[in-house]
Amino acid sequence: MLSVVKGLWIVFKQMFTPKATIQYPEEKAYLAPRYRGRIILSRDPDGGERCVACYLCAVVCPVACIALQATEDDTGRRFPEFFRINFSRCIFCGLCEDACPTYAIQLTPDFEMSEYQRPNLVYEKEHLLIDGPGKYHGYNYYRIAGAAIGGKDKGEAEDEAPPADVRTIMP
Amino acid sequence: MTEPLRSIVVILVILFALLTVAALLVWLERRLLGLWQNRYGPNRLGPFGIFQTVADTIKLLTKEDWIPPFADKPVFVIAPAVIMVTVLLAFAVVPFAPGLQIVDLNIGLLFFLAMSSLGVYSVVLAGWSSDNKYALIGSVRAAAQMLAYEVFMGLSLMGVVMLAGSFSLRDIVDAQQGLWFCVPQILGLIVFANAGIAETRRLPFDLPEAESELIAGYHSEYSGMKFGMFFIGEYLGITLVSAMVVTLFFGGWRGPLLPPVVWFGLKTFVLVCGFILLRATLPRPRFDQLMAYGWKVMLPLALLNLLVTGAIVAARG
Repeated sequence: MLSVVKGLWIVFKQMFTPKATIQYPEEKAYLAPRYRGRIILSRDPDGGERCVACYLCAVVCPVACIALQATEDDTGRRFPEFFRINFSRCIFCGLCEDACPTYAIQLTPDFEMSEYQRPNLVYEKEHLLIDGPGKYHGYNYYRIAGAAIGGKDKGEAEDEAPPADVRTIMP
Repeated sequence: MTEPLRSIVVILVILFALLTVAALLVWLERRLLGLWQNRYGPNRLGPFGIFQTVADTIKLLTKEDWIPPFADKPVFVIAPAVIMVTVLLAFAVVPFAPGLQIVDLNIGLLFFLAMSSLGVYSVVLAGWSSDNKYALIGSVRAAAQMLAYEVFMGLSLMGVVMLAGSFSLRDIVDAQQGLWFCVPQILGLIVFANAGIAETRRLPFDLPEAESELIAGYHSEYSGMKFGMFFIGEYLGITLVSAMVVTLFFGGWRGPLLPPVVWFGLKTFVLVCGFILLRATLPRPRFDQLMAYGWKVMLPLALLNLLVTGAIVAARG
């Protein structure tokens, strides 16, 4: 019987303790910098699209919510013709970010993307592309990779030796 | 004002106040439970979330009111009304303040006991007419529980009746002029409070509707406003038992400075909060524990209280 009274008192005291609730619209929970929320496509430091339309994200996506079509410009630089993410399917697992070889696709700490109309959850490239480099500031895929694009020929990438003439290096 | 007109006005005022209070209690309970569980509870609609009540009511009223095809239709419809009617009828004898009482029966206390016992018919009929095993188990449990707890509910009040020398609730309040009965009748108070909680089927005595074992017990099949009636009936029941505890043990409307009806409301409010605190704290016992508690602890306590009070009253002559 005494334990009941003790229990009542303990519960009553909770009235004056700080509440665990976060009053959401006014008060926001802390989201870690690497929180997996809304997906974006980032750009190089010099403003070009990072995505090289390799399809790895679309392939790895467990719910198949990513659709894209590769194309390339006249200098040989690949980019997606369209890039579509259906956020009504997306489970925010982050596998696309893991798979991306160029750090183009990234998840951001933003989950407030509710819509009244389901079709509005389908984001096109214009909605996904951001102006900055996202989490990886200095990274510029085409300056590191060996592929030749307009303004950068083979052997001109960072830390890349000039292409060897296979006929001259024979023993 | 003529006498019949006046009583009609009093009835309407009390009825309206009670239904408002019962609806507000839904919000109060959710809010208090929240606070006691380190949450806030409903705090969005209006000041302190008080309009949650309105939202709940609108929701209940607009829900589909479905009667299962296998149910016993007339009984199924009548059952939720019975609980409302009996509880509201019992309020007829509660003296809210001098002059604010619908009828001062000379058997007021017995009337209250009779009405609260009739309330169990609602539960039993609801479970029976639902033709659902969980509902039936719930109502069987309710019947057994009522049977056990009715016995000493009446007995626990006989001490009060002996001290006051009357069954009329107004006389009982008048008899507490000097000393509230919660002091000489402390045992009676404890027993009656236990029986009252069991009577309203509130936690920790809510086995008839134990949601973790019986879904919702006797009102499993109910929806819409019929469920709302059970819901409001339960909250009216809490108010009724609190009001009766106040009347019988805490001096009714008596208190300094403030008007009597305010005192009555305040005391009832504190007791209702106590009921909610009990719900927030205590786990649900097993049914055999419930029965053992009733028959082996509460009944002997009630009898002991009766004997001792009787002996003292007799000795004083």
